[in-house]
Amino acid sequence: MVRLFLSGDGPQSKILGAVLLLILFTLAFAPFLFPGTRSLETAARICIFIVLVASYDLLLGYAGIVSFAHTMFFGMGAYGVALATRQMGTGYDALILGTLAGTALAAVFALIIALFSLRVRAIFFAMITLAIASAVAVLVSQLSAITGGEDGLNIRIPRELTPAFRPLDAPFWGVNISGRHLNYYLVFFSCLIMFLIMLRVVNSPFGRVLQAIRENAFRAEAIGYRVVYYRAVATVLSAAMAALAGAVFAIWLRYVGPATTLGVEIMLDILLIVVIGGMGTMYGAVVGTVVFVLAQNYLKDWMGGASESTAFLPLVPDLLNPDRWLMWLGILFILSVYFFPSGIVGRLRGKA
Amino acid sequence: MTQPSLETHDLTVRFGGHVAVDHVTCAFRPGELTAIVGPNGAGKTTYFNLISGQIPASEGSVLLSGEDITRLSIPARTERGLGRAFQLTNLFPKLTVLENVRLVVQSRMRRGFNIWTMALSHRDLIEAAEAVLERVRLSHLAHQTVAYLPHGDQRKLEVATLIAMEPKVFMFDEPTAGMSVDEAPVILDLIAEIKRNTDATVLLVEHKMDVIRSLADRIMVLHNGALVADGAPAEVMASAVVQEAYMGKELADV
Repeated sequence: MVRLFLSGDGPQSKILGAVLLLILFTLAFAPFLFPGTRSLETAARICIFIVLVASYDLLLGYAGIVSFAHTMFFGMGAYGVALATRQMGTGYDALILGTLAGTALAAVFALIIALFSLRVRAIFFAMITLAIASAVAVLVSQLSAITGGEDGLNIRIPRELTPAFRPLDAPFWGVNISGRHLNYYLVFFSCLIMFLIMLRVVNSPFGRVLQAIRENAFRAEAIGYRVVYYRAVATVLSAAMAALAGAVFAIWLRYVGPATTLGVEIMLDILLIVVIGGMGTMYGAVVGTVVFVLAQNYLKDWMGGASESTAFLPLVPDLLNPDRWLMWLGILFILSVYFFPSGIVGRLRGKA
Repeated sequence: MTQPSLETHDLTVRFGGHVAVDHVTCAFRPGELTAIVGPNGAGKTTYFNLISGQIPASEGSVLLSGEDITRLSIPARTERGLGRAFQLTNLFPKLTVLENVRLVVQSRMRRGFNIWTMALSHRDLIEAAEAVLERVRLSHLAHQTVAYLPHGDQRKLEVATLIAMEPKVFMFDEPTAGMSVDEAPVILDLIAEIKRNTDATVLLVEHKMDVIRSLADRIMVLHNGALVADGAPAEVMASAVVQEAYMGKELADV
C-alpha cells in the first residue's frame, strides 16, 4: 500500500524515512500541535513550497533543464484564481475555474517556450525563460487595471474557508476550529496529492527516460528517444504543477501580488531549496523546504534569543544580532553545498 | 537477390573545403558482415556518422530497407532498425547496468511516454533486459553503476545495448578498442553470435586484421574518404590499392 502511494520509490534510508514521517505527521496535525496564526502560516507555506520546489526538481533534477520561468507559472495559477473570483464573484466554481484556467495557460505557455527553445543549448533556454519571465512580471505590474499592479489583488473566497467561519461550538482537541483550519487542510491534502502524483511521474517509464536524457542526451537520442518531445512534456507538466501550487497559494493567502508569486527572490529560493535538499530525488524538495522555510521564518527569532543570552561575551552578541540573519543564512547555504554536494537527501542516502 | 537492408548512394560530406567522405556508393545485404577498413582519417567513423545521422550529409542519400532516411532524425533511424555502437564508450554512467539495457528495451517497445505506471511494474522490460545481460555474461553486474565498471565490461555493455535494440543493421565502431587481449575475444564472439543467429546486416570498423579475417564476409577499404576497394577478404587484402592505402606507395612498391 505504502509502496503503491510512493510509486515504489521509498526513502532508501532509515533516517530519511523517519525525517519524512516526522514532517508528514507535523504538517498533518500542525493546527493542533502549534496553535497560533503564525505557525499555521508557516505550515501552509511549507506545504505549498514543497509542491513548487518538487515541480522544479522534476525539471532541473530529473530532466536536467534549467529554467528561470518557474515563478511565472506559479503566478499564472495564483492570478488565475484572483481574476476568476473578480469576474465571477465569490464561490467554489470561481476557484475551480480560475485554477483550471491558470493551469491551462501555464501549460500552453510552457509548451510554446519548450518547442521554440528546447532545441537550442541549455544556456540559451535558461536565458529565454529568464527574459520571458521578466517580461511577464513587468506586464503584470504595469497592467494595473487588470492585475492590480504592484498592489496585487485581494481574493474573496467562500466563507467556509475564512477565519470568520466557526463550524463547531466547542473547541476540538483544545483548538477553536475555524474556516482557516479547513483552508489549511485544503492546502495540505491538495499538496500531498500533487506531491504523490509527481513522485509517480518520476518513477514511470517516462521519468526514467528523463533521467536518461539528463545523464546523456546524445545517447538517449541514439537509442531512439526523441529528446525534444520528452523535454517539452516535462516542461509542461512541471509548469502545470507550479500553476496548481500557485492557485492553492492564492486561495490560502486570499491575496496575490507580484512580490508573493512572481519575484526573482522566490525563483532564487526555489533554486536554493532544490540544491540544499538534493536534486533529482523529490524528497529533497520536502526536506529542503522545511529547513529553508523554518530558517527564513525563525532564524531571526532564534538569533535574537542567542544574542541576548550571550550579551556578556565580546563580539558574539553582535554577530548574532537578528539583523545579521541573512548573513547566517548565506553561510548555512555555502556550508551545506560544500559538505552535501548531493543535497541533504543525497547525503542521507549515502551518495554524497 | 534480396533487397539490401542498407544502401548509400554517392554519400558525401564536406567540412569546408575538406571532403571527409567522397561519393561512397555501397549496398549491404541481410546476413552479411562487412568490415570497413582504412588508415586513420580515412573517413570510417564519419561514414558511420552519416549513416546513423550524427552528421548531416552534404550530398547523396542513405536508404534503410529501401526507404530514404537521409533527412530523418537519429531517433527516427533507430526506430526503423538502425543500431549503432560508438567508438568511445557512450552509456548512462550514473545508471545501473540493468537500467542501461532496460531503457533500450523500453525504447524498442515504445513505452517511453508511459507517464502513469511504475517503471518497476513493467516486468517484461526488465526480464528482456536481464535476458540480454545473461547473453553477454554481465548478469552478475546488473545492479552496479556503470561508471564504476572496468573498461572491458563497459564495452560489453555497449554491445549488450545494441543487442537489446534488435536492429536490422548493427554498426560497430572499433568494438575492441582499448581492450586487453583477454577481453577482446568475448566481444568478437558476441558479434559472431549475432551473425550466426540473426540475418541482420553487420558493419564493423576494425583495425585488427586477424579479427577481420575470422569474421568478415566482405571488406570495404576507405582512403581519403573514397571507397577504393570492395570485395571478398582474400581478394581485397591482396590488392595493390589496399597495400598502398595502408603502407604508402613507396613501401608497396618495394
